[in-house]
Amino acid sequence: MTFIAKPKVTHPSLPQNALGLTRRAYEGALSTLCAGCGHDSITAAIVEACWGLSLEPQNLVKLSGIGCSSKTTAYFVSGAHGFNAVHGRMPSIATGANAANRRLSYIGVSGDGDTLSIGLGQFCHAIRRNLDMLYIIENNGVYGLTKGQFSASADIGSRAKRGETNRQPPIDPVLLALDLGAPFVARSFSGDKRQLVPLIEAGLKHRGFALIDVLSPCVTFNDHEGSTKSYAYTREHYEPAVRADFVPREQPITVDYAPGEARQIALHDGSRIVLRKIGAEYDPTDRAAAGAAVQARGGSGEYLTGLIYVDAADRHPEFHQVNATPEAPLNSLPFEQLSPGSPGLRKVLARYR
Amino acid sequence: MDATDTSHPDYYHRVVDCQWACPAHTDVPEYIRLIAQGLFTEAYLLNRQSNVFPAILGRVCDRPCEPACRRGRIESKPVAICRLKRVAADNRGDITGRLPPVPRLKNGKRIACIGAGCASLTVANDLLPLGYEVTIFEQYDRPGGLMRSNIPAFRLPEPVIDEEIGLILGMGVELRLGERIDSLGALIESGRFDAVFVGSGAPKGKELRLPGRDAAATNVHIGISWLESVAFGHVDRIGERVLIIGVGNTAMDCCRTSLRLGARTVRVIARKPRGFFKASPWELEDAEEENVEILVNRSPKAFMIENGRLAGMRFECMEYELDARGRIVAERVVGEQFLPADDVILAIGQENAFPWIERDIGIEFDKWNVPVVDAKTFQSTRPGVFFGGDAAFGPKNIIWAVEHGHQAAISIHRHCQGEPLTERLSPGVNLQSRKMGMHEWAYANDYAQIERRLMPHVSLKERFKKLNIEVELGFSAEQAAEEAQRCLNCDVQTVFGAKLCIECDACIDICPVDCLTITNNGPEAELRARLKAPAENLAQPLYVSAALPQTGRVMVKDEDLCVHCGLCAERCPTAAWDMQKSLLHWPHAEDEARALEQRKPKIA
Repeated sequence: MTFIAKPKVTHPSLPQNALGLTRRAYEGALSTLCAGCGHDSITAAIVEACWGLSLEPQNLVKLSGIGCSSKTTAYFVSGAHGFNAVHGRMPSIATGANAANRRLSYIGVSGDGDTLSIGLGQFCHAIRRNLDMLYIIENNGVYGLTKGQFSASADIGSRAKRGETNRQPPIDPVLLALDLGAPFVARSFSGDKRQLVPLIEAGLKHRGFALIDVLSPCVTFNDHEGSTKSYAYTREHYEPAVRADFVPREQPITVDYAPGEARQIALHDGSRIVLRKIGAEYDPTDRAAAGAAVQARGGSGEYLTGLIYVDAADRHPEFHQVNATPEAPLNSLPFEQLSPGSPGLRKVLARYR
Repeated sequence: MDATDTSHPDYYHRVVDCQWACPAHTDVPEYIRLIAQGLFTEAYLLNRQSNVFPAILGRVCDRPCEPACRRGRIESKPVAICRLKRVAADNRGDITGRLPPVPRLKNGKRIACIGAGCASLTVANDLLPLGYEVTIFEQYDRPGGLMRSNIPAFRLPEPVIDEEIGLILGMGVELRLGERIDSLGALIESGRFDAVFVGSGAPKGKELRLPGRDAAATNVHIGISWLESVAFGHVDRIGERVLIIGVGNTAMDCCRTSLRLGARTVRVIARKPRGFFKASPWELEDAEEENVEILVNRSPKAFMIENGRLAGMRFECMEYELDARGRIVAERVVGEQFLPADDVILAIGQENAFPWIERDIGIEFDKWNVPVVDAKTFQSTRPGVFFGGDAAFGPKNIIWAVEHGHQAAISIHRHCQGEPLTERLSPGVNLQSRKMGMHEWAYANDYAQIERRLMPHVSLKERFKKLNIEVELGFSAEQAAEEAQRCLNCDVQTVFGAKLCIECDACIDICPVDCLTITNNGPEAELRARLKAPAENLAQPLYVSAALPQTGRVMVKDEDLCVHCGLCAERCPTAAWDMQKSLLHWPHAEDEARALEQRKPKIA
């Protein structure tokens, strides 16, 4: 970490977004993570994405649990709402907040411990509910905050800094999410902002549950030889499946794509994801094929990255549709509408007698 | 692009914009740090090593360092480098015993310097400690050259000049005042000197030959001669209405001096629009503060005489067409105007004049009738005769003359030791890490968001009471402390080791001014366009690393706007970035002497 704050001085020709804000307006507090932590790069990617989407800071909600990853919500968009939940319980808080106000953008940042161990049940149910949020897992394969024990995402055979070898199979959040029916599943790497930033933008604009599992090397406890989540290992075993660009609603698609080369997926607000193939044919709208591809690469120690799956046909109703939540935030509804009053309450209770 | 060769002494030198722009390469960031620590004497001595006259230059330097200052590119105003120099001079302690010692045993070589201005004094300053005997010939009865005669006392008080010149004279110069050299040939022929240095300045003001010039002779003055007469007390008044022709720094001195000698309305007349003024912006500002009126686009046509006396001048009113880059593409006369005046001062430039140098003594003159001087060695075409200051390449300013003096001193030393003049020592740069421990750096790397401090002035009411009331009061202790914090420490360099980099992006994410990018290499123009923030200032170099180990991409740094905050190094998990102080070694005559000494065979 550092004790030296990033000075307020900026590049004089820093570009401004539609709100007239520079990227610097989307920064947060001074990071207290280790220097070189992948999480800080993801924070920078979130800053870049929020700036690029011209999000009004007060319309963003940042949620997290416990762990190194969960500290990072303090390090971006200081003007946003934030909630630092109990360990593994962020999805519950997200559900409540989401139910109360569906107009805000929700971004949850969690880690492999917070999501795949203590919070695994919460994580699964958030997917089942198809919460309208972007869920980022900052996945480094170790418990960094408690000095580097293996986490549930550590691969078999992966070695810890002290030399022990992990012999338990990993839980792959991408496979889990595919299995549970998540409509937007992606994997990326903290060291590849070109891929990560459009994924975050698309994930924020996508309606329903969007998962991005980001490989984020722990520079202190898991960046050595024998680790399968180090910077060097990730770069060597990194295979982008497809290239996904995010094009906001107001921006026309200016690049000419050769016929058959690009494919557009429209999101609910009118923005689009433009998919372009890289090398081998890959169809991110085929859930079964996506699962098989991830599994096949995983078996040989490779990381398939990019937009792994997106529900282009919009088959799964999301949380608000299922629960018929009001369009307006609850805090803007008049008391009479929010409270059934004594006669109303009696009627409700009568149903259970 | 090829990987940048940072071992070349120019690379890191150039990052220190102020030092690169200074003709004498004064170590500005270091002396500002010394001032910040309250070590004024040390700051003064560091200045003196390169620029010899810190108290004088701290007031009247042309300060090429300030327009170059990186701070000026990040905000609008550069660090007040010149004013800080004066702070060091104003607050310094006793320096006796801290100047280079002059040996009692001389080396038997005698040097003549012509003119006791800044160039000759610098030569003396550099050669006396090496055992040379230096004689300076000066036509007037006081030393200082144009520093004394052309810069008014309200900008540069006499005691300041006397003190700094005194330091050099105290080293044992043989000063021959009132001795004008009328024949260089005779001086050389006398055989009394092993080398001659001509530092006689550019003493001739340019003339303006227009109708009525001769008839108005008593009330038309040549700027630099007039300032000289004022400085030596020969002139102590001027008419009520004064016109100054020309808008350079001499014009500014003339108009402000006129106000102190009784003029009521002073107008400065410029031929061209404001963007073309030769005067330094701060000198213009100071003159305008004293209510001097500057009239633009007026071209002098004639001196008007009434009753045998100057009545004023007639001007053509001009109009200019400028192109997109601000250059004049067309001009036309749109009218005429008469401006009344009791006196006119011509300040339209000056030139060298060498009526006292015979044309047959082996010194070649060029088509403009100035001697041919080597730009590196400052030797004329006659071995052993050297030129420096305004006498060498025409009017520049003090700081240039000082550097000429340093270089000429090296040449004179090599000449006297029988060494080839061109095989001089090369400059060098030393780097030393500023890392002290975890999160500890041996320099103040906080970016201080402070605006440039303003120089306090004597009130407009007070300052005209006497000719020699110094207008600028100098920075207060608080102002100096704050201004010193504005320096970005550009000499604390960001040094990158590609081998150690794991491409974690930490430095790129934290850089406040977006000057770092990890990307695929490419040709410079194309690379400049696709950096995190486009590198549009072509005057500033890109740093390109060797290929990075993991991906073969390169680290690119745009040097333009780096604030040297050190966060890249602070955030780097592998210490691939380090903050290292660069120390420029710019050789002077004493270094040459030491190097020559070391080469001599040792007698066992």
